[in-house]
Amino acid sequence: MRRSLVARLWQSLIVVAVVTTISFFIVHAAPGDPFAYDNPLITPAVRAQLRAQYAYDKPIGEQFARYVGNVARGHLGYSVTRQQYVSVALAEAIPRTLALTGLALGLSLVLGVAVGVTQAARRGGWFDRVSSGTLLVLYSLPDFWGALMALLIFAQLWRLFPAGGMVEEAVHDYLAPWPAFVDRLRHLALPVASFTLMTVAGIARYQRAAMLEVLPADFVRTARAKGVPEHDIIWRHALRTALTPMITLLGVLFPALLGGALFIEKVFQWPGMGWLAANAILSRDYDLVTATVIVGSVMVIIGNLLADLLQAAVDPRVRG
Amino acid sequence: MSESLLRVHDLRTYFYTESGVARSVDGVSFDIAPGETVGLVGESGCGKSVTALSLLRLIRPPGRIEAGSEITFDGKNLATIDEKSMREIRGARISMVFQEPMTALNPVFTVGDQIAEVVRIHGAGSKREAWDRAVKMLETVGIPAPAQRANEYPHQLSGGMRQRVVIAMALIMNPALVIADEPTTALDVTIQAQILELLADLQKQFGTSILLITHDLGVVAESVSRVIVMYGGEVVEEAPVRELFAAAHHPYTEGLLGAMPQVGQERERLATIPGSVPPPTAWPTGCRFHDRCPYAWDRCAAEHPPLYQIGNGHVSRCHLADEPQRRAEKHEPLVVMASGEAGLTRGARAS
Repeated sequence: MRRSLVARLWQSLIVVAVVTTISFFIVHAAPGDPFAYDNPLITPAVRAQLRAQYAYDKPIGEQFARYVGNVARGHLGYSVTRQQYVSVALAEAIPRTLALTGLALGLSLVLGVAVGVTQAARRGGWFDRVSSGTLLVLYSLPDFWGALMALLIFAQLWRLFPAGGMVEEAVHDYLAPWPAFVDRLRHLALPVASFTLMTVAGIARYQRAAMLEVLPADFVRTARAKGVPEHDIIWRHALRTALTPMITLLGVLFPALLGGALFIEKVFQWPGMGWLAANAILSRDYDLVTATVIVGSVMVIIGNLLADLLQAAVDPRVRG
Repeated sequence: MSESLLRVHDLRTYFYTESGVARSVDGVSFDIAPGETVGLVGESGCGKSVTALSLLRLIRPPGRIEAGSEITFDGKNLATIDEKSMREIRGARISMVFQEPMTALNPVFTVGDQIAEVVRIHGAGSKREAWDRAVKMLETVGIPAPAQRANEYPHQLSGGMRQRVVIAMALIMNPALVIADEPTTALDVTIQAQILELLADLQKQFGTSILLITHDLGVVAESVSRVIVMYGGEVVEEAPVRELFAAAHHPYTEGLLGAMPQVGQERERLATIPGSVPPPTAWPTGCRFHDRCPYAWDRCAAEHPPLYQIGNGHVSRCHLADEPQRRAEKHEPLVVMASGEAGLTRGARAS
């Protein structure tokens, strides 16, 4: 176990290095640079001077060598657009993203597993058919569309929830603890809901399939022959076994979640990693883009590692 | 047999499949007395496992126990009682030992937990008591270091040990009847004998009735007092075990006995019964065995034979009981190898 862990750490390191290299060159290959924005007041001379100041006029190879050197020493660079260290910007943004994705993931897991199991338990029944149809529609929607529609309907048309941001900027700091908490919840509602709808369909489909595979198993019949009530057959005997493939799915789902965060955070102006990355890409904020990619890949690796550990915890056969 | 423990009468279990109605169990009747071991024998597809599952009403859709079927146990008809009463019987009054100890146990729970669960769901003790009983039961079925083994998962045990766990699970509530569906088929020969011995011991100890389902007549010879032979979803012969081996009446039973290897007999090949069990969606008319039978005559294809009384406790579903002289008119060699190789003829065997 320890040996494979060490091997995995090495693998992870290589993955991060490759990802860093690729994203560095892609960002630099994109047309424009951090100082190419459209502002007639800034003369070409000023732009050139700014470029020189940030060493963006040097050959790409030299820039890369310098960047790698910095990253190796733990410096993720400086954000030109935000005028702050990338590490500072990320330290602020990461917890916000984790809160959003964590809530959404937790919610869609509970919902998705419940729906998938219920569908499988009454396969072909009305609930199975209605919910399968609904989920298929949700699953087919583009990530951003659902978020935009939620925004349009619940924030614009009915004005039930705020359109974006994490809190009501002007008043939040002056609210009592309880109203402040409610204010946060209200701002979380739409992004978490759209995020959940985006992921719940896949989880439910997967859970349904995993359950359908387990339900005809001999040990389920054994449980019935023991006199176990149907409820426990489904939620104890079958589900425990059918959760194992779900954990694998979680590992796969994690990168998709980070990708989804890009859209959701941009649409709802949620100042997390996705929002930071989206803005950085648009303004060619080189260091910030590459840093979000590095952090993202590290998060994916950690997510997969956690999934494996979780799998070992749930399935004694994996523990060996 | 007025004091029978279980009385099955006209049990019919049909499966409503896309290729038609499969009449897997089609009018089966038998009794089991308290403390008795009965063998239920037949090829794959003859309906013996479906019969077993029907007794505990474990048939899943598209299968269904047909109206009119009677499974009388404890004065109740198990075919019609409500689900809750049925659950109280499963695992407590009637329990089951399955064929595959590899897959019959849940891989994610410890074996102790799976045995103790039976006690818990039948409300026979607290969590702690249930666990203690499970450990004790593991010891009873001959598992060394039971307290430690109880904490292990099925994949950590050998096949024989797993089957012992399954048996412990079946016996922990001291049921009146244990249905053992091919309990030794998946095991090594040496382990098979141990498991059969264990079942016999436990039966003596607990006074449990056993319905032993098998395709292996060797197993039956060793362990049961009465044999029921099934073919085509029906009982074709029923007899005390000695009588069945000494004087089998039904040609199908004869075929099964002929297919048994015997020590000291010079035979290059075992006799086989030609063909295979027809699909349960299309049983042949008349006698369901007539197209594979060496004695069959025109009556067999036309008229469905009833169960004829042959002797004391011996019945056979064959018109030969009516026209015994036909037994002399044996047809062509019974065995025709699919490859065209000449197999042993029944005539050669008999001489």
